[in-house]
This record gives sequence, C-alpha cells and structure tokens, in this order.
Amino acid sequence: MLTQALFRALDKKAVWVIGIFLAVAVLVPIANLLVPPGQFGHVPTYLVSLLGKYLSYAILALALDLVWGYGGILSLGHSAFFALGGYAMGMYLMRQIGTRGVYGNPTLPDFMVFLNWKELPWYWLGFDNFWFAMAMVVVVPGLLAFIFGFFAFRSRVTGVYLSIITQAMTFALLLAFFRNDMGFGGNNGLTDFKDILGAPVQAQTTRVILFAATAIALALSVLVCSMIVNSKLGKVMVAVRDAESRTRFIGYRVEYAKLFAFTVSAIMAGIAGALYVPQVGIINPGEFEPGNSIEVVIWTAVGGRGTLVGPIIGAIVVNLGKSWFTSALPEFWLFALGALFIFVTLFLPKGIVGLWKQIFGANRKKAEEPSSPTPAQSADIERGEDPSTFDNVHPRPAE
Amino acid sequence: MSKAQDTMLYLNGVSVAFDGFKAINNLSIIVRPTEMLAIIGPNGAGKTTMMDIITGKTRPDAGDVMFDGRTDLTKLDEATIANLGIGRKFQKPTVFESHTIWDNLEMALKKPRGIFNALFYTASDDDVARITEILETVRLLHRKDELAANLSHGQKQWLEIGMLLAQDPKLLLVDEPVAGMTDSETEETAKLLREIAKTRSVVVVEHDMSFVRELGSRVVCLAEGAVLAEGSLDQVSANPVVIERYLGR
Repeated sequence: MLTQALFRALDKKAVWVIGIFLAVAVLVPIANLLVPPGQFGHVPTYLVSLLGKYLSYAILALALDLVWGYGGILSLGHSAFFALGGYAMGMYLMRQIGTRGVYGNPTLPDFMVFLNWKELPWYWLGFDNFWFAMAMVVVVPGLLAFIFGFFAFRSRVTGVYLSIITQAMTFALLLAFFRNDMGFGGNNGLTDFKDILGAPVQAQTTRVILFAATAIALALSVLVCSMIVNSKLGKVMVAVRDAESRTRFIGYRVEYAKLFAFTVSAIMAGIAGALYVPQVGIINPGEFEPGNSIEVVIWTAVGGRGTLVGPIIGAIVVNLGKSWFTSALPEFWLFALGALFIFVTLFLPKGIVGLWKQIFGANRKKAEEPSSPTPAQSADIERGEDPSTFDNVHPRPAE
Repeated sequence: MSKAQDTMLYLNGVSVAFDGFKAINNLSIIVRPTEMLAIIGPNGAGKTTMMDIITGKTRPDAGDVMFDGRTDLTKLDEATIANLGIGRKFQKPTVFESHTIWDNLEMALKKPRGIFNALFYTASDDDVARITEILETVRLLHRKDELAANLSHGQKQWLEIGMLLAQDPKLLLVDEPVAGMTDSETEETAKLLREIAKTRSVVVVEHDMSFVRELGSRVVCLAEGAVLAEGSLDQVSANPVVIERYLGR
C-alpha cells in the first residue's frame, strides 16, 4: 500500500527536485568544509546559513502550496505554525544554555530569572530533552491546525472568511507571545543559544550539518507532498478547490480532506521553523507578524502555486531579492514586494513555473504536433488550473 | 411510515420557504424501485429545490423525506446521502475540469470514501475494467486522458452521467441532462437513461418535451412548489391547468 503510494510519488519531476536537494545537501557542505577559503568554489559559512534559511522558507512555502495551490485554502496565518515550531526548537536550545547564562541559573532561562520566577513553568518541562522538543515541533503546530481546522471546516468557513480568521489566529498568537508573563521571553523572544545536541550552534560544522538537515527535510517534504498530490486524495483536494459542493455530492467529506491537508501542512511549517531558528540564532514574536504570512503567499504565487517546484523557486528567488534589496535600497523593499505581487497576479497568474511551461511547453507541443490547439481549448486549459475563476465557468441562472 | 415501504423515494407534505417565499409547498412524490419519473414544470416551480432537499443541501421546514423505505434523509448531510446511494447530476454540468476524464470517473467510483482510503488507493483490475466499461457507455474512451475542461457541453453532460454510474447509486437525480445536446445526442441520452432505469430508480427534471416523450415514463408537473398534475405525458399535457400554467406560456 505504502510502497505503491511511494512509487506514485516518485514521478519524473519529483525525482528531479528530490535529487537536486539531496545533491545540494552533500555538495554545499563539501564546498564549505573541503574547498579552502579563497579558492574557486568555496562557500563561506555565513552563506551556508543564509542558504539554509532560504531552504527552510522553501519548506514553509511548499507547506502553504499544499493547502492553497492544491486544496484551495488560502491560509494567511501559516507563519504561526512556522513560529510555533521555531519556539519549540528555541525552548530546547534555551534549556541547553544551563549555567552559561548571564545569571548562571542551571534550569531557569535568563528572562525568567529577570522576572523573578522561582521555578520552570509546567509547559517548559521536558524541553531539555531533544527528542521531546522535536516531538513538540510536530505536535504543537499540528494540533493547533487540527483543532482550528476542525471547527473552521466543519462550519464550512471558506474563501476570504477563512483567510481572515487565519490572519486573526496568527495576530492573536503574536499578541500572546509578546506578553512577558506568557513565559516565552516576551518581546525579546529566545536567543543566545549555545549548544544543539552538545555541539556549539555557532561552529562551522554545526552550521553545515544544520544546512544539510534542512536540504534533506526539503527533499522529504517534496516527497510527502508529491505522494499526497499524486494520490486519489490529492485529486479530491483539487476537486474541492475547483468545485467544493460537487465533491460533497459524490460522497467525499470535504471537511476531512481539508483538515488532513491543513494539518500536514502545519506540521511541515513547524519543522521548517525548527530548522530556521538554530540557523538564524533567534526566535521572537515578530515571526507571528501577519505580514510574514502574507509574504509566504507572495513567494508561492511568484513561484507558481499548484506545482511542487514553484513555491520552492519562489521562496528562494524572492528572498534572494529581499537580501539584496534590504542592503541596497532598504526603504523600498516593501514597495518592490507589493509591486511584485501585483505584477505576478496580473501578468503571471501561474508564476515562474507557469511562464516556463508557457515558453518551453509551447515549443515542445509545436514540435510534436503541428496543429495548435483551438482558441477555445487553450482558453479552457488556462482556466483549468486557476482556482480563482473556477466556480463560475458557465454562469447560468440557477432555477 | 407504512406508506413509505416499498418505495425508493418518499416525499410527504414537504415544505420549505426562503425568506417567506414558499419554494416547496406541501409536496408529495413517490418513486418506486426501478421506476423512472420525469418532472416538468415552469421555472421557479421548485424542481431544483426539491433535489436540494433530497440530497441534503437544503433542510425542509416540514414533511417526511424517506429513502429506500426506511432512511430519513432530512437529518443527514450531503456526503452521507451520496454514500447511501443517491447520485445527482446538476443542471449546469459540473465535472472536475482540471482532472482528466479518467480521473473524474476514478474519483466517482464507488469505493470507501475515507481520507486514508483515498491516500493509499490504487486502482484494481476490476476498477480499471469498470471505468473502461463506463467510458465506453458514455463514449468518451478515446478521450480518457484529456482534461475534462476540453469537453463540449454535451460531452460534459455525458461524463457527469458516467460519474453517476460510477457511484453505483440506487436512485439517480438527473437535472436537465440534455441541455446543450444535439438531437441525436438527446436521443442517445434517453436510451441510456431508459437502460439505467431497468435496474435503478431515476428522476429526471427536463424542459425538453420531446425528450420526456422518449423517456416514456410517468410524468409529474410541478408548479409553485406543489404537484399540479401527474400521469402519462399525454394525460399531463392534456390537462387544462398544465396548459394554462406551463405549456401554454
């Protein structure tokens, strides 16, 4: 059963993407550790961590694409799951500091000592154990998504209303995590990490290993997503996106399909957050900013939603742009991002991947068969993959 | 309850109002097993609302809706009702346009509908044979790998009928199946529906009188949410009230 599903998942495109990121997981560490600095091909350590950050963003974008591109659920709160995963990792890293903190308290993180707390709150217990913390990276975002999704989808909240409540969810978490008495470090968040699994976080080898872990996690995420979207369940998800009530009338429980996608996606986002935090060295409530979640939507749209490669390309390209822009013209970045989103929405509804297909797919088709598709057909194909225009393909007055 | 026995579909005294407008008003209709029933009536007579009530999309304000003589449909949701064995074809053909024709049928095929069943589903030889058979019936086998979006309006209607067959329902609700079809396609559709009605109950809503004649079934004329006349097509169309309210318009 599982082997068949895996076999289905490994279509040509997925094998390529997985192969590329597994190769990256090996080659970048080699370029950093074995090629001496100054020689051609050397990748400096700061760049390794920067790339690792981009790849964790790519996992997040892929997670969003699973619910948005395939399931038609536009979540504007996906950064919340990312940040929760990040906090779980941050809590583990805080507990590893031990007596090396400013106050030298063996159990309490500095901010708790500062707040005059006498003992560790119950929800911090167990986070000194790596595997418990890793379990929480998956469980906390997954459980939140499950509970949130259960009520939202059962009540048939869809479209823009669902987007608004996901946005409200991340905003509520932002406000909560800002409070000092929540016990997550308030405004400053969690930082000054020392060790991960006994290895110093700042060390070159640790950074390289974290990068490789992120690249492998991305490859695995592609595998999981490919397995889902190539299964009958994936087809049901697309059916829900395009014609929700029709899917109900052939007997599928639309709310469960959505709930499944939403929960799996939140878990992926949580893992991405956990890989992000040790590489950037801090997690604070800013990660819950509603704007962050909207940026993820832009990455996905730029790369091409409803494809597995698109969101990865989008996340990397937009963030490369951001890194360059925020050092060259920092005050114009948000304008550039907004303009990019408008441009993509108007002229590239299927993103970079769609453009690629249009240019190269069209050539290939011409070479294969001289007869080009009729205008009506190509219009249908256009429409076929665009979720937004779907419900009113043939507007006819209902009786 | 005893009256509902030996019926496939039993509607008794069903009423529903939207913002005070009575879309269905004390409607009673019976469909027997392996019977075909054609429903005609002017726009706004409540034909589509009736289908919405049977399939769980709309809850009636009053009345009984029983399926297969024993199941009360008024308390169930769409997916449960579909899985009980009621298939519905919509007035506007709604196939899944970004899927291939084959995938449309594979999704509709009667199989466990759970999430994990779907995730690990692999078509068995029987499933492939069944889908192929349906594709032959609806004459779309040569286009099975094309996107459903590329089909003509009439072909989409046929694909949707194929999806109904794949669901293997006991009762089919078919809303305007021949809209947008050529005369020969219409004739074929009538033949197909008559064939289906040999083993299942079929309710057809249609405006096209020549098509209804070809179905050769019992006819109910609805108007303003209630039954206006009932009988063979000739009886119904000779009814002076029907002529005044519907045919003569």
